[in-house]
Amino acid sequence: MTGSILPVDDDVATRSAGRPLLEVRDLRTYFHVMDGVVRAVDGISFSIMAGETLGIVGESGCGKSVTSLSIMRLLDMPPAEIPSGEILFEGRDLLTMPDEEMRKVRGNDIAMIFQEPMTSLNPVFTVGDQIAEAVILHQGLSKKAAWDKAIESLKAVGINNPERRVKQYPHELSGGMRQRVMIAMALSCDPKLLIADEPTTALDVTIQAQILELIRTVQDRTGAALMLITHDLGVVAETVKDVVVMYAGRIVEEGSVEEVLLAPKHPYTEGLLGSIPSRGKRGERLNVIRGTVPNPFNMPPGCNFAPRCPYAFEPCTQADPRIGDANPPDVACWLYTATATSPTPPRVRPRLDLVEALG
Amino acid sequence: MATKAATPATVRVPVESRASRGLWRDALVRLRRNRPALVGLACIAIFVFVAFFAPWLAQYDPNKGGLGKTFEPPSAAHWAGLDKLGRDELTRVMYGARISLVVGVVSVTVGLTIGGLVGAIAGGVGGRIDTILMRITDVFLAIPGILLAIGIVAWLGQGLVQIMIAVAVANAPIFARILRGSLLSLREAEFVTAARSVGASRTRLLLRHMLPNALTALIVAATLALATAIIDVAGLGFLGLGPPDPRTAEWGTMLTDSTEALRRAPWLIFAPGIAIVISAIGFNLLGDGLRESLDPRLKR
Repeated sequence: MTGSILPVDDDVATRSAGRPLLEVRDLRTYFHVMDGVVRAVDGISFSIMAGETLGIVGESGCGKSVTSLSIMRLLDMPPAEIPSGEILFEGRDLLTMPDEEMRKVRGNDIAMIFQEPMTSLNPVFTVGDQIAEAVILHQGLSKKAAWDKAIESLKAVGINNPERRVKQYPHELSGGMRQRVMIAMALSCDPKLLIADEPTTALDVTIQAQILELIRTVQDRTGAALMLITHDLGVVAETVKDVVVMYAGRIVEEGSVEEVLLAPKHPYTEGLLGSIPSRGKRGERLNVIRGTVPNPFNMPPGCNFAPRCPYAFEPCTQADPRIGDANPPDVACWLYTATATSPTPPRVRPRLDLVEALG
Repeated sequence: MATKAATPATVRVPVESRASRGLWRDALVRLRRNRPALVGLACIAIFVFVAFFAPWLAQYDPNKGGLGKTFEPPSAAHWAGLDKLGRDELTRVMYGARISLVVGVVSVTVGLTIGGLVGAIAGGVGGRIDTILMRITDVFLAIPGILLAIGIVAWLGQGLVQIMIAVAVANAPIFARILRGSLLSLREAEFVTAARSVGASRTRLLLRHMLPNALTALIVAATLALATAIIDVAGLGFLGLGPPDPRTAEWGTMLTDSTEALRRAPWLIFAPGIAIVISAIGFNLLGDGLRESLDPRLKR
C-alpha cells in the first residue's frame, strides 16, 4: 500500500502560496452552427488555488460543461472555436499547448468525472482495463502493475471485493458503482485538479450523498483541487468553498459559498435559491424564475438576464454588466452601481436549511 | 454452482453482479439460448460438412455422365435423379457446395478487408478524406450488387477468381458504410470522450476504444454477407456467368440447366434450389442471432 494511489500531497502548501493552479482568463468558446454562432462561453474568468474547491453553478445550457470541456480541450474544433482567452495551468497556457503535451496533462494533471456513469465507461472492456488505461498511458507501468493499481484504486473508492469487481464489465455494475469506478479512474494518476461535471445528476438521491461524500474525502486525502460543475445548489453547499454562478455563458456572481448562498446579490442567484423547495416553506408556492433562458442566436441587448429579472430598470437593457463593473465587484449587475438610481435592491433571503448544510 | 458461490465473502454481492465469464463467453452463452441461431448454425454445419467431405459422401463422379437414362427421376440409387447428361444430381450439389463455400468465404473476407479499411480510415480520420471515400462508396452502392457483379465478370471475363472479385467488390462498400457509421456514432459516445480525457491519442482511441465496439456490427454484417455472397454466386451462375467450364458443378448453373428441362424433369430444380436456400438461410439466422447475442447491453 505504500505509494498508494492517494498519497498526501506535500507540495500543496508551497504551491498554494503562489499563483493559482488553474487560472481562466476571459475565456470565450463559440460554436459555429448552421444558424449562426452560439456564444456558449462568453468571456469568463476565474481561478482555483491548489487544493481548493470551486463550484460552477447554473441551469442547463449556461456554459458550465463547455467551460470544463474547453479546459480539457475536448471540444471538436470546428464547430467549436475559442477566439480568445487563456487557460493557465501551473502557469502554462493549455490553449496554445501542442497536442502531444496536452495529452500528458489530460488524466495525469487534470482528470475528469463525467455526468453519465452509464455511458462514460466503455462497454467492451472490464473496469480494470479502463482504470489501467490511464496508468499505462502516463506512468508506463506494465499491464500487471497497472492492474494491481486498478484494484488498489477501486479499494480506495470504497468498492467491496475489488479483486472481483476489477474483472467485471460496466453493464454488470450499478450506477453508483460505475460512478465510483469513474472516480477511481480519474484519481488513478494523482491529478492536481479534478473536474467533476455533474457527478451526481444521473444518480438517485441516496447514492448522490455517498458519491459527494466520496469526492470530498478523496479530494481531502489527495490534496487535489476540485472544480465541481452542478446545477444543484444543495450539492454546492455541501461540497465546495467558493462558487461561481453562470448565466447564458457569463459569470453573474462569484464568492464564497456562504456569501453567495446566504446573501445572494445577483437577482438570478436569488431566483435560483428561491426555486429550491425547502422544509420551512410547506404549503407555499414554489418561486420560479419567470421566462426562459434567452435564445442563443438572439441575445437580449444589455444584460442577458434583464428580460427575466424582476428588478430590471433602464441601464439593464442598455449596457452589459460584467464582473468588476459594480460595487461590490463580485457581481455583474447594474443594481449595484453607485450611479444607478436603483429601484429596490434584491431582498436578501437567507436559506436557513442551507445554513444547516454548511454546518 | 449456486451453493458454491454462497461463501461468506460473496453473500453481500447482489445477484445482478455475478462474475462475468468474459465478453465472448457471455455472447456464446446467449447464442446457445437463441433457437433460430442454433437452427442456422445447424444448416451451416451441414453445408460446411458436405463441402468438406463431398468426395467421401458422394458415391459418383460429379462429371461422369451416362450413369443411367438422361433425366432419370429420383430413385434409391440416385436420390435427386440424373441430369441431361445422366450425371448424378445429388453428387453435383455436394460438389457445388465446395464452390459456394470457397467463393463465399474468400469474397467476403476480401470485401471485409477492403471495406473495413476504407470505413476505418473514413470514420477515423474524417474531414475531406471521409467525404471523398464515402462519395466513391456511394457510387458503388448506387449500383445493385448483382448488377455490379455482372459488370465485373463481363469486364474481367468468366472464372472463379473473377466471381470472387465481383462478389467482394459488391460487398465492400456495405462494410465500409457500416464501419464508418458505427465509428461516427462512437466518436460522440461519452466513453470515447472519457478515454480522451485520460490522455489517449487519436490512434489509440480509434484502435483500442472505438474499433472493438464497432466490430460486433461488422461480424454480424459479414455473416449476413455470406448468405448474400452464396446467392450472388448462384445468381451469376444462373445468368450464365458461372465458372467458364460448363461442366463445373455449381448451384446457379445447375439451376439454369434444370429450368431448361423443367417440363421433362421438374425434380431437378429441387436439389440445387434447396441447397441454396439452406445455406443462405443458415447464415441469415446465425447473423441475426449474433446481432442479438453480441450486444452486452441486451444481457438478460
